[in-house]
Amino acid sequence: MTTVRVVITLKPGVLDAQGQAVRQGLHALGYEGVSEVRIGKHIEITMPDETSVDEINAMCRRFLANPLIEEWHVG
Amino acid sequence: MRFGVVIFPGSNCDHDCIHVLRNVLGQDVVELWHGDSSVNDVDCVVLPGGFAYGDYLRAGAVAATSPIMPAVKSFAESGRPVLGICNGFQVLLEAGLLPGAMLRNRSLQFRCRPVEMRVESTRTPFTWNLREGQILQMPIAHGEGNYFAPDDMLDEIERTGQVVFRYSEGISPNGAARFIAGLCNQAGNVVGLMPHPERAAEAILGSTDGRLLFESVVSFLESRAVVGRSSWVVATEQRSPTYDLRPTTYDRSRR
Repeated sequence: MTTVRVVITLKPGVLDAQGQAVRQGLHALGYEGVSEVRIGKHIEITMPDETSVDEINAMCRRFLANPLIEEWHVG
Repeated sequence: MRFGVVIFPGSNCDHDCIHVLRNVLGQDVVELWHGDSSVNDVDCVVLPGGFAYGDYLRAGAVAATSPIMPAVKSFAESGRPVLGICNGFQVLLEAGLLPGAMLRNRSLQFRCRPVEMRVESTRTPFTWNLREGQILQMPIAHGEGNYFAPDDMLDEIERTGQVVFRYSEGISPNGAARFIAGLCNQAGNVVGLMPHPERAAEAILGSTDGRLLFESVVSFLESRAVVGRSSWVVATEQRSPTYDLRPTTYDRSRR
């Protein structure tokens, strides 16, 4: 078995209201150099070694991410 | 007429819908469990509000994979009426029965208050009895109602007359693109909206405007029953032969 890490983020240009609020919080703590915060999801999937990248991408496209608003990276 | 209300783990407006349909409108109601694989012999399916599967992953995403959803999809594809309210709307989006997606409210706050919205289309079974431009008041209660679609998809939705309701107070309470509060599919039989008609169906609740949507689909189904169960599409075309696809008074510059 192997564990694959998938990181899902909102596409560039899609409003990340949560990221903006966290950026404000960082500014309030004095980290005023922070110019942007984007928040995403980290998903760990354990599955058989022979699972193809295509299959993982299909999982992301069909369910784990919403391709209209999100993109993903398989690590 | 017989309504099927789908209950997901985490639905919390299911009994409000059942109450309005059964006790206020006197209709038959079947409670459909998310684990069922059939919608039985209902005339209309309602996906109620709530937080199906705790809104895990994305609101509506896990619910869209429920065993009952293939049956809801084929019910929708047969042209029969499907209504998604709030979380039910999110489920319809995630299931691909309606176009677009929901983002967190722009304010990041859960918005829970009455809103006014304008009827943009009367070609759906749920707005069949209403008139274009009619203003309805009913409550919203959601954290993810910020409707989003890429600009070209929004243009297409506008062009094909799929915007059914727009927030009419000059702002979107959640940041929704083009003030969109409710949508239909291209055929017009699947409708989703963020405001809660079932919470505005009795005078004691402060508004009865929500009842109009349910009464509309009842009268639609009754008219279809007269002309035959398979000919409701024809009935719709007869109802609105000169349907105007342009939004009534939408002002793009106010976005």
